[in-house]
Amino acid sequence: MSELAPAITNRTFTNKMLAFIKRWLFSTNHKDIGTLYFILSGVVFFIAGMMAMLIRAELYQPGLQFVQPDFYNQMITLHGLMMIFGVVMPFFTGLANWMIPLMLGAPDMALPRLNNLSFWILPFAFLLLILSLLLPGPAPNFGWTFYAPLSTQYGPPSTDYMIFAIHLMGISSILGAINIIATILNLRTPGMRLMDMPIFCWSWLITAFLLLAVMPVLAGTVTMMLTDRHFGTSFFNPAGGGDPLLFQHLFWFFGHPEVYIIILPAFGVISQIIPTFSRKPLFGYTFMVYAIAGIAILSFLVWAHHMFVTGISLGAELFFMYVTMLIAVPTGVKVFNWVSTMWRGAMTFETPMLFAVGFVILFTIGGFSGLMLSMVPADFQYHDTYFVVAHFHYVLVPGALFSAFAAIYYWLPKWTGHMYNEVMGKWHFWLTAISVNVTFFPMHFLGLAGMPRRIPDYALQFSDFNAIASIGAFVFGAAQLLLLYNIIQTVRGKYKKATDQVWEGAKGLEWTVASPAPHHTFSTPPKFIPEQHGSK
Amino acid sequence: MAVNKVKNKKTVLILIVFVVAMFGFGYALVPLYNVLCNITGLNGKTSGQYAYGSNEIDKSRWVTVEFDASKNAHLPWKFYPLVRKVKLHPGEMKRIAYYAENDSGKTMTVQAIPSVTPGEMAIYLKKTECFCFDQQTLKNGEGMDMPMVFHLDPSIPKHIKRITLSYTLFDASKFKQKPSSNTGRIK
Repeated sequence: MSELAPAITNRTFTNKMLAFIKRWLFSTNHKDIGTLYFILSGVVFFIAGMMAMLIRAELYQPGLQFVQPDFYNQMITLHGLMMIFGVVMPFFTGLANWMIPLMLGAPDMALPRLNNLSFWILPFAFLLLILSLLLPGPAPNFGWTFYAPLSTQYGPPSTDYMIFAIHLMGISSILGAINIIATILNLRTPGMRLMDMPIFCWSWLITAFLLLAVMPVLAGTVTMMLTDRHFGTSFFNPAGGGDPLLFQHLFWFFGHPEVYIIILPAFGVISQIIPTFSRKPLFGYTFMVYAIAGIAILSFLVWAHHMFVTGISLGAELFFMYVTMLIAVPTGVKVFNWVSTMWRGAMTFETPMLFAVGFVILFTIGGFSGLMLSMVPADFQYHDTYFVVAHFHYVLVPGALFSAFAAIYYWLPKWTGHMYNEVMGKWHFWLTAISVNVTFFPMHFLGLAGMPRRIPDYALQFSDFNAIASIGAFVFGAAQLLLLYNIIQTVRGKYKKATDQVWEGAKGLEWTVASPAPHHTFSTPPKFIPEQHGSK
Repeated sequence: MAVNKVKNKKTVLILIVFVVAMFGFGYALVPLYNVLCNITGLNGKTSGQYAYGSNEIDKSRWVTVEFDASKNAHLPWKFYPLVRKVKLHPGEMKRIAYYAENDSGKTMTVQAIPSVTPGEMAIYLKKTECFCFDQQTLKNGEGMDMPMVFHLDPSIPKHIKRITLSYTLFDASKFKQKPSSNTGRIK
């Protein structure tokens, strides 16, 4: 008997492991896969966040304290690549997986097995990228934009790891996008027209098309890098008739729509949350849809505004400047519509709403600094300074990231069946909102004063603002532990139970299912009456 | 559900075709870019060989063309223009030369890449003969005067008084096209 007992527990342990593997590795359930995306995004967020902390620690004082320039370059490269491809994009893809079938009244995504594949490619992509740190020789050290010839002729051997990582991320994004489009076009519940969909689904439909349009171009670009590095082609090498500037054109043809791939789902989230906590339908739904589409189309026509100082002709500079400024129009439509939605609404300020309002205000600041950068003569001064760093961190952190935080607090009760801790959520918001400004606002001044990007050391006159920015960054980093703790405790069911509707003003099909959302929902398509779901 | 399966299949097929087309488009941008640069002179690239016709010479004005030379990535060669600048009328033909010398200790093939400043003037600089049209191979210690014959298109804008033509010499050993017929002279 005594010898048999461990064998039995062992067997049950094996069974449990098998069940666990079956549940999570082989899952084709949209909710499980959504959760997996969230976990990946969270893990990469803290890894890439630690890199940011290291960067700010080095920049706390002038001179070299902690890291050597080459390692600093690796940190900024990996921080950028991982935050964009490993945090923001997987988070919103996960959100699409979780919420789009629920919002449309669909039983699952259109292609569940493909869904499993598109997730499980990703961990390996990031493993490759992180492994490049452990290889002999430096990790990729040329900035997240991996310009040729820095990444071709002068790139370290680990660059090939990065190239394959990008290939994998691209495949994953493309498969995910195909799945989302198929779900939205084919699986809406009977009676729901495209213009009845929650705006989050609209934002993702358009984002998915952007992904399909530009991810293949990025894949082609990194393939050209690969063949330039190893197979004797010369796409980017003038010695063989290529042109390094061509790399920048190709990269930004991908890179600018990529910016909107990141921010459009964020717009969608905010457009769901503000009506809920204003207890009013979204103001100007139709215009919001057109604005998203307008931004998406214009995003293909502005790429060279990243290249004003490369010596492109005056005519090209004028064209790209004016089209860039034009994007402010649909973006302005969105901001004004959010404000109009709040206008005379019965507003309450739970944590998701705080992050949403914070988003509207701070993203607008990032938008305005973008307008400043769009002006050719001004850009000649701002280019490659901390002003640019301030600009894109304002649109990515209090922009995309705030929207992600808002989405977590907004839908966490639906995912887990429990409310999060509101007091802790509010602390998280205020610490984050204050520290994000302490971190990134001084960078505007640093940039205007001429501090260049991507340098681990700086002139003495920049010391004070850098010290302030670093302190803000440390507070920001620490505040995210509150979010992590809050999520873990909510998942463990430590706080009070959530109702099905969760929020008083919440409308839409996702709030008609139980909290937590059962493993299988909408096996039979629900009845859809537009007026009841706040879409009109 | 069966209806959905058929619909999904169609959607997926269309989207996959779109993705493949966009991948192809990425590659198509390469020749497209080169053609665009040739036509417009974007990036300051001068175009290929020009067959000299009977150009009008605009004797009413002068333009100075300056010559500049640089070497890519520690190329152990000597490379400089034999004249630093020439003053000429638009339409007037000029012959100048650059001197190149291989000090690398081995036979090497190089390629010179032109660039014009201001970039928009590249299309007005017409070359009937240029060392930059071909790769140059020199044995160790050989030097050579490399000729370039050019004129400025008379339609060059009136406000242009000075343009710079710069060549950068690249090591093209990895991209050898054909055996060079050049022979240098031993210094």
